[in-house]
Parts: sequence; C-alpha cells; structure tokens
Amino acid sequence: MFEIFGIPSQALFGQLLIGLINGSFYALLSLGLAVIFGMLNIINFAHGAQYMLAAFTAYILLTSFDIGYWPALVIAPILVGIFGMIVERLFLQWLYKLDHLYGLLLTFGLALIIEGTARNYYGSAGLPYRVPDSLQGGQNLGFMFLPNYRAWVIAASLAVCFGTWFLIERTRLGAYLRAATENPTLVRAFGINVPRMITLTYGFGVALAALAGVMAAPIYNVSPQMGSELIIVVFAVVVIGGMGSILGAIVTGFGLGVIEGLTKVFFPEASNTVIFVIMAIVLLVRPTGLFGRRA
Amino acid sequence: MERVAEPVRSAAPVRTWSEPLAFAVLVAILVLAPFVTYPLFVMQVMCFALFACAFNLLIGYVGLLSFGHALYFGWASYVCAHAAKAWGLTPELAILAGTLTAAAFGLIAGVLTIRRQGIYFAMITLALAQMMYFFALQAKFTGGEDGIQAVPRGRLFGIVNLHDDLAMYIVVLAIFLGGFLLIHRIINSPFGEVLKAIRENEARAVSLGYKTERYKLMAFVLSATLSGLAGSTKAIVMQIASLTDVNWPMSGEVVLMTLVGGLGTVFGPIVGAFVILAMQYKLAPVGEWVLVIQGVIFVACVLLFRRGIVGEVAHKFGIKL
Repeated sequence: MFEIFGIPSQALFGQLLIGLINGSFYALLSLGLAVIFGMLNIINFAHGAQYMLAAFTAYILLTSFDIGYWPALVIAPILVGIFGMIVERLFLQWLYKLDHLYGLLLTFGLALIIEGTARNYYGSAGLPYRVPDSLQGGQNLGFMFLPNYRAWVIAASLAVCFGTWFLIERTRLGAYLRAATENPTLVRAFGINVPRMITLTYGFGVALAALAGVMAAPIYNVSPQMGSELIIVVFAVVVIGGMGSILGAIVTGFGLGVIEGLTKVFFPEASNTVIFVIMAIVLLVRPTGLFGRRA
Repeated sequence: MERVAEPVRSAAPVRTWSEPLAFAVLVAILVLAPFVTYPLFVMQVMCFALFACAFNLLIGYVGLLSFGHALYFGWASYVCAHAAKAWGLTPELAILAGTLTAAAFGLIAGVLTIRRQGIYFAMITLALAQMMYFFALQAKFTGGEDGIQAVPRGRLFGIVNLHDDLAMYIVVLAIFLGGFLLIHRIINSPFGEVLKAIRENEARAVSLGYKTERYKLMAFVLSATLSGLAGSTKAIVMQIASLTDVNWPMSGEVVLMTLVGGLGTVFGPIVGAFVILAMQYKLAPVGEWVLVIQGVIFVACVLLFRRGIVGEVAHKFGIKL
C-alpha cells in the first residue's frame, strides 16, 4: 500500500477502474447516438430507455426463464434491436423530412413511455443482477484488486467500439453507409436500398445501447431510471466530442469516464457535475467540440 | 423541410380581430374561474401558462428548442422561496429576487448555448440544467429531497395579506396577464421581427447586417427571466419549492404543454398548460401511468398533430391566434 498525492493507491486505482467502467458505457452509448445521428439525422432520446430496457430484458430472462448472462448478452440486444427497428418503421420514418427537433421530441416521448411502463411494473427501487459464475472473483495486481467482471466489461466494450469503427470506416457496408449519409438520393440511384439501411442502422445503434445495458446490469442495479440519468451525461459527452468522428466518440467517452473517476477521489462533491463543467469550458474554447468537423 | 413553426407570410403583422377577441375571452374566463372552480388550480395553471409562453418565445419565434427550462423555473422558485422564508422578504421582493436569479442564469447559459444550434442547442441546455439540478440537490439552502416547504405568502407591499386566496388570485392574474402582454409586445416589436427573420433564415439575417447572436442571446435571457417570474410566483402560490421544479421531467413538461397547445401560437401555451395540468389532476390516482400517457401525447402530437390545439383551430378557420 502506498500513497499518491496523499490518496491511498487502492482508492485511486479503484476509482480509476470505476471511471473506466463508466467510460465504457459513455463510449458505447455515444457511439450508438453518433451512428444513428449520422444516418437518420435524429438524436435518439430513447437511447437511455433502450439501454434500460435491455437490462430489464436480461433480468426477466434470468428470473422468469432461467436464461443466464451469456445468452442474454446476445438475446437482449437482438430483441431490443428489433424493437428499435419496429419503432423506426412505425414512427421515425415519417419524420425525416421535418425539422430535426421533431425526432428529438418523438424519441423523448418514447423514453417516457418505456420508463413509465417499467416503473409501473418494477417500482423505482433497483433490482440486483448477479455477476455470472464464470466471471466471479478477481485478480490481485499487487497495487489493486481487479474484479474479473469489470475487466471483462472494459475489454468487451473496447472490442465492440473498435469493431464498430472498423465496420463503418473499413468495410464495403460501411462505405455504403457513409455514402448514404452524405447523399442518400445518389446512393439510391446506384440501386442500394437506403430505407432498409436506415432501419438496420437504427436497429444497430439501439442494439449497441442494449449491449451496454446488459453489461451494466451486474454492476449497477437494474432500475427504471438507470437510462434517463445516464443519457443526459452522454449528451454532454457527445457535445464535448462532437458527433463528426467515431474514434472521437470513443476517446471522449473513455476519457471523460476516467476524469469523472479521478474527480471522485480528489473532489467528491463535484463528481456529478464535472462532465457538465467540462462541456461548458469546451463550448467556450471550441464551440464545435473537440473532434467536431463542421463549423 | 417543415419548420417547427409556420413561416411568416407577411412582413408587417396584419391587425386581426381574432387575437383581441381571444384575449377578451381569456380574461373573461380567468375573472370568472375562481368562482366556478378551485382558485388554487387556476393559479397553478396561470403560473405554468406563463412558463410555457416564455418557453414558446424561444421555440416558436426564434426556433430554438431549449430542453433545460426547468433550470430557470426551478432555481427562481428556490431563491424566491428562500427569500420569503429565511430572509422574510415581502412577496413582491421575493419574486423579484427569484426572477433576477433566473435572468442571471439565463445570461450565463445563453452565452454558452447560442454558440450551437438545433439538436446541439437542445442537448446543451439539457446538460446545463442537469448540472444545476445536481447543485440544487447538494446545496444546503434548498433542503435537498424535502425542498423548501411552508413558504409564507406574506403581505404584498407589507399591506395586502396574500393568505387570502382571492387577493393571491388577483396578484397572480396581474402577473400572468402582465407577462403575457409583455411577450405579445416583444414578438410584435421590430426586435421580434428580427427574431422571426433569424428563425426563417439566419444566414440571410446576418447578411442584412444583424448581429444575430446578440438577438438570440437577448431572446434567451428574456425567456429565462419570464420563466423565472413564473417559477417564483409558483413558489409563493403553492408555498413550496422542490426538486421536481428543477429536474429534467419539468423541462419536458413545458415542452409538452407548448407542443400540445401549438408551437409558435400566441394562445397555444396557455391552452396546453391547462390541458396538461387538468390531465395530471384527473389522472393522479393512476400514479406512474401519467408518465406513459405524457409520452403517448408527445408521440401523437409529433406524428399527427404538429400544429397543436390552437394551431389546428387557427389553421382551420384561417385566423391568427
């Protein structure tokens, strides 16, 4: 046990780890938001609610159907992703020609519906979700204790983030996607089914949020308001990073998680607000965000 | 692309009979209402109607969607309640203190937010409001989860006892009508015309030599100040300031009221505030389903009913409301 700046190393590294965990979720969610915004020009306010919905799906799968964490990690994102695609077909597709603000308002309404329904059936208290047996325990790294599950969450979200980056920036499908973002009419003229691509993109973005939701279930309690609390912070993350670049979203997400964790060590009172303060400073210095492209 | 509010057709506003008539009907209803229904409910409706009108000034006439107006409403309500209870100020001074607080916050938030537009503007206002929610949660004077309860209504100018509901009602009516007429004056002034020009085509307004950022900032501060006036009055009327007033669902609620009534209409926010509050009273027994129903109304308004109640009526009869 040693000390850094008068703080015991255990506490420092512990908070750093929590920061990285939070950062993983910020990165996954802001990535999903950026992917959806790029294609649909809609800010998906329901993103947090969909994240929460996936956590509840995992909880219900476990308690009612005895389906464990690993299958849930696949099933919940697929179910919630399909739910997202249905939402896109039923509601969002009518809004593309309108002011972008209507998309925000509609998805805000969806978020209220999802959160309100969850509260009616499960109340506001958090429900515990057990860490899977295969990831119980942890490693003693000498300077700190690293629970296996947390290591898995950080590694998995890094892998998913870079997988998404690779998919969009380096594959043919991603090239279609980026082209359709730039000029949908022209891409349609080449015989690519753009509306279907939009639906799939929304489903994919929602599935990313759902994946984060399942991974979050054993760490935070499963509760109806877990999404709305998180999504506002993620909005700030998106404003700081700018939505122009995928790598930017990933870096900003993890970076801000770590900064938030460190704030918890050195100045606990400000840990809730530090990300918003950083947002205000970034807006003063670089109004377009750290990685923003457009003026 | 369909805009959030209907574009302006004529350069100079035509004098129409519909607006003065609607205003006369509104005043008549508000004068008679306390004798027919609960005065406390009507006072609450007027507070939220003023809040929604202030919000509408921004979305309806500048085209900026603020998702953080609970900040001004809630913080003004806290400062007003604290001034009346802890400092023992008379109600008019307490309301003034709350309103000025909202104006100051509006200026700071405005400087930060008007640098971005559209979707980003909404996200930034929401994030700033959430930051101030956490400050309200942690600050000592706000009373945390309990809020500031049993705020004394006091005596207006040290003379009129506002614990009498009728006296309180007259004061709220005066504040509401004053705020409403001020907003009406603003949107029909040359300043208001520039705001509408910015909403229609900001680049064009810039090329005409207008410093659009200053106009937008001014509109933002005015909207925040009037929201603060509404929040302060609410604190005196309901005798409570709490976290509910400053949290994000309140920001959503004022958006909903304005949307239901009609974005960019003069009377829409008032109708919307009445409809939403009446619904909350009627649906109080069903608890959390209120949230779901509000969500359904949001979705329905955006998909089917974008003009809102007043907007639809005005459109159907081809009049200005």
